[in-house]
Parts: sequence; C-alpha cells; structure tokens
Amino acid sequence: MSILFDGLSLGAIYALIALGYTMVYGIAKMLNFAHGDIIMVGAYSVFVVMQRAKSPTDAFLNVACGLLLSLFICTLFGVVMEKLAYKPLRGVTPIAVLITAIGVSYLLQSLAQIFFGAKPHSVSLPTLGTVTVAGAKVSLSSIVTLVVGAVIMALLTWFVSKTTTGRAMQAVSEDRGAAQMMGINVNKIISVTFAIGSALAAFAGLFYLLQIPTAEPTLGSMPGIKAFTAAVIGGIGSIPGAMIGGVLLGVIEKICLSIPVIAPYTTAVEFSLLIIILLVRPIGILGKKRREKV
Amino acid sequence: MALLTVENLQVNYGVIRALKGISFEVNEGEIVSLIGANGAGKTTTMQSIMGLIPIAGGTVTYEGNVINKVPAHKLVAMGISQVPEGRRIFQELTVYENLVLGAYTEKDKKEIKNRIDDVCTRFPRLGERLKQVGGTLSGGEQQMLAMGRALMNRPKLLMMDEPSMGLAPILVEQIFDIIKELHKGGATILLVEQNAQMALSCSDRAYVLETGEISLTGTGAELAASPEVKKAYLGG
Ligand SMILES: Nc1ncnc2c1ncn2[C@@H]1O[C@H](COP(=O)(O)OP(=O)(O)O)[C@@H](O)[C@H]1O
Ligand SMILES: [Mg+2]
Repeated sequence: MSILFDGLSLGAIYALIALGYTMVYGIAKMLNFAHGDIIMVGAYSVFVVMQRAKSPTDAFLNVACGLLLSLFICTLFGVVMEKLAYKPLRGVTPIAVLITAIGVSYLLQSLAQIFFGAKPHSVSLPTLGTVTVAGAKVSLSSIVTLVVGAVIMALLTWFVSKTTTGRAMQAVSEDRGAAQMMGINVNKIISVTFAIGSALAAFAGLFYLLQIPTAEPTLGSMPGIKAFTAAVIGGIGSIPGAMIGGVLLGVIEKICLSIPVIAPYTTAVEFSLLIIILLVRPIGILGKKRREKV
Repeated sequence: MALLTVENLQVNYGVIRALKGISFEVNEGEIVSLIGANGAGKTTTMQSIMGLIPIAGGTVTYEGNVINKVPAHKLVAMGISQVPEGRRIFQELTVYENLVLGAYTEKDKKEIKNRIDDVCTRFPRLGERLKQVGGTLSGGEQQMLAMGRALMNRPKLLMMDEPSMGLAPILVEQIFDIIKELHKGGATILLVEQNAQMALSCSDRAYVLETGEISLTGTGAELAASPEVKKAYLGG
C-alpha cells in the first residue's frame, strides 16, 4: 500500500517533468535536454529561501515562498533559454538544436557550480511525517505530491483543451503553418509552452526535495532522463501520454526498489521497459502517427 | 486602388527560382484566378504573399502598405485569410474548435458566436457536425471546413489554393457555387486552380502562370476563349 502511494507520487513527479518535455516537443518540435536542469534551478531557488528563512515556526510559509521564487526563476530561465538559445535556431537541422540543448544543460549545471559550489547542500524542509491510510502507513509528503500533482495535471488538461491559448497550442503542435494562417503568433505560443513546462518543473523540483532534501548541480539529470523516458513511453508529444508514462515509471521504480533482488537493477528495468515499448509500439502508448486524408 | 498589388515578385528555394518576377493585382470585389499546371508556382505565390515563405525580390502591397516582411499572423489580423492547398484543417480538433481558431484574432465572444452561426448557415453540413473531430470528415466536408474556418476571420481578401483538388466532380461544383455566392456577397477572392475551366468560369480576371512567370492575362471569358489556354488547360 505505501509502496503504491510512494510509486504514484514519484510517478507524479516524473509526469510533471515529462509534461515539459512532451509539450515542448509537440509544439516547438525539439527535444529540450536542458529541461531536467530546470528542476535543479528550482531546487536551488527553494534552498536559497529556506537558508535565509529565520523563523522555523513559519515553516510552511517559508516553503510557500520557496515555491513562489522557484516558479518565478524557473519560468524566467525557461523563457530566456528559449529566446537566447533555441529561437535563433528555428528551421535549422534538429541535430544542431539537440547539441545546443545539451550545451544549455551543461551551462546551467556550471552556473549552479559557480554560484553554489559543487558540494551538495542539504535543504531543511519541514518533515511531514506519516498518516495511516487503509491500515497502512503512508508518508504525508507522498500524498501531498500526489494530490497537488493531480490537481496541476487536471488544470493543465483543462487549459490546453478549453482555453484559446490552449487550443492555439494544439493547433501549432499539429500544423505550424496552418496555425499561422489562423493568426496565431507561433513564437508567442512557443514562449508560453516553455513557461508552462518550466513552472511544472518548479513544482517537480520542490516535490523532489521532499523525497531527497539535497540540492546539487547535477540533481536534475537523473529525474530528467527518467521523465524523458516516461514521455517517450507515453508517446512523445502527447499530454495524457506523459502523465501515464510518468506514473507507470514511478510505480515500477518503487516496486522494483522494494524487492531486494531486483532493487540494484531498477534503472535497468526502467530503460528495458522503454526499449520493449519502442519495439512493440515505436510511437509510444498514446503517440499518434500523422494521418493524411485526400 | 487595388486591394492587393504584386509587383515583380521573386521567390527562390535555394538555387531553384520558383517565381521569376510576377506581377498582378486584385481589386476590391473581384475574383481573380491564377491558373497553371502542377509546379508552376501557384502555391509559392500564395505562401509568399501570406508571409510564410521569404520573398527574394519585388513588392507586395495590401491596402496601400508594403507587406513583404509582415509575418502571417499579423496579415490575418489585417484581414487576409487563406484556404491552404490540401485544406490543412486541424485533424485532431473538432469542427467547432477549428472554426473558433479561424477567428483567433477576434476577442469578442459574441462576435465569434455570430460568425459561427453564419458559417453554419452557409455550410449546413458543418453545423450538423460541430462536435465531430476534423480528421473523420470526408474530403468535401474538410474543404468546407477549411473555407468556413477562413471565413471566420471575416477576411477582406480571401486566398484559396486549389479548393477543388481531389474532390469528386459534384463536390467541385458545390465548392464553386459557394465561391460564386461569396463573390455575390462582395468578397474579394484570389483563387489558384489547376481546374482552369471552373476557375475561369467564375473569375472576373485571370492570369496564367507557367514555370514561375505569367504568360497570359485577361478576363475570365477572354482566357477561356484563348487558343493557348484551350490547348494547354482545357483539353483542346
Ligand atoms: N519547399 C520547397 N523546396 C524546394 N522547391 C520547392 C518547394 N516548394 C515548391 N518547390 C518548387 O517550386 C516550384 C513551384 O511549386 P508550387 O508553388 O508548389 O507549384 P504549384 O502550386 O503551382 O503546383 C516547383 O518546381 C516546386 O518543385
Ligand atoms: Mg500548389
């Protein structure tokens, strides 16, 4: 029972990150390999606030401030990164964009090292303890992650399917040229996409710290790669796909970790799942092939 | 003054010179067609006017302003709409959502609703299928959706790229009937077609485009009667 909750909440973290990969892929048609590092930027933002915070009595207020700063900084980084590094490359070969994204990733990690040093910093978040659900002890942080993650994803789904900007995002994702013919400013929509993806990463960063309360420059790499895997498993470009892929991967990871014989091979199991899915269904669980109709 | 004036328009794809300096104009209330074989440069003309392909030379003037470098989304706000070649409706969105996107630059919800009602009156088949996903429409319905979507912008200039392509003859007739109706209602239309007969029959004026150059021009009736056009496009 508690494994299930932990798995679901880890899955919610992966899903939040995977959404950033998948939305940017769907709309800007690029893999933003620096996306994982936005989580790290978020984690350091929370760290800075928690370190400055004087009175531990207002722990939750401090966390809220940390989250706000993190949302602001992550969104700013995401949008500026797109404008400076990716926008000038629009229309060039995808491999150049990919290499640039890897460069941006290293740039962010190096910046973190310059400002905070290479040493990990522990982040003193309030401990939430456990509650009993259906006779099993479940950590409260898992439940918070799960609930908040689910609410965010529901909001995002509503936003994309029901608002004008959300529909414009779908239109750009399906046919950029046709979207322009509707009067949609594609550059603006791409900026919005980076902003949303980065804000989701800020939440993921905080939730990640609730699990492992340490900020370090390479913190974003592993969850980034896992979430990217989740996005591909779910079908890159698909929003519900990223959610399903993320949750699936989180649950599998926690189950594997709970079985002593398999635990050391958890990451191998996860990437094997990716390979199997890609062999059986190369477009991922909910991925779509473009249909042509005469 | 013409609504749209194209002077010496040149477009290149790398070393390929797709348009070698073409000139034409569209006056308010006119249907003007560009006819030409596959690969003549018709789509290139439409896309470059729309700001979707860079212009290498010449000028495009709309309502007295040079629009060579104006991006597509601004041109839409200025009243130019395009029904693109191959329809390019949003297959994963519903008919309703496609239509709403057609009025993207209009913020007034009531006005958008009025426009949807108008489009549904003109295309009852779309009205019956508002909740249907675009990709599941038949070819003819998709063409109607592409036209309805463009009309949602209440364009001052409507550009249509081969609206009859790939449609059964009876549907082609229907599409041209709608074009004629729009014309009666005062619309200004730039029509691109391979179906020269149909296009010339409803056009005020027309231009023949051949490998990136305009070879002939005249009224629709003049061109339909011209021996060159008869030989090349109307089967003798
Ligand atoms: N994206 C492109 N890259 C290179 N050449 C192109 C491209 N699009 C069109 N062309 C070439 O430009 C010429 C005109 O094409 P197009 O405007 O599509 O003609 P039409 O619409 O009249 O059939 C053709 O020779 C075509 O091969
Ligand atoms: Mg064409």
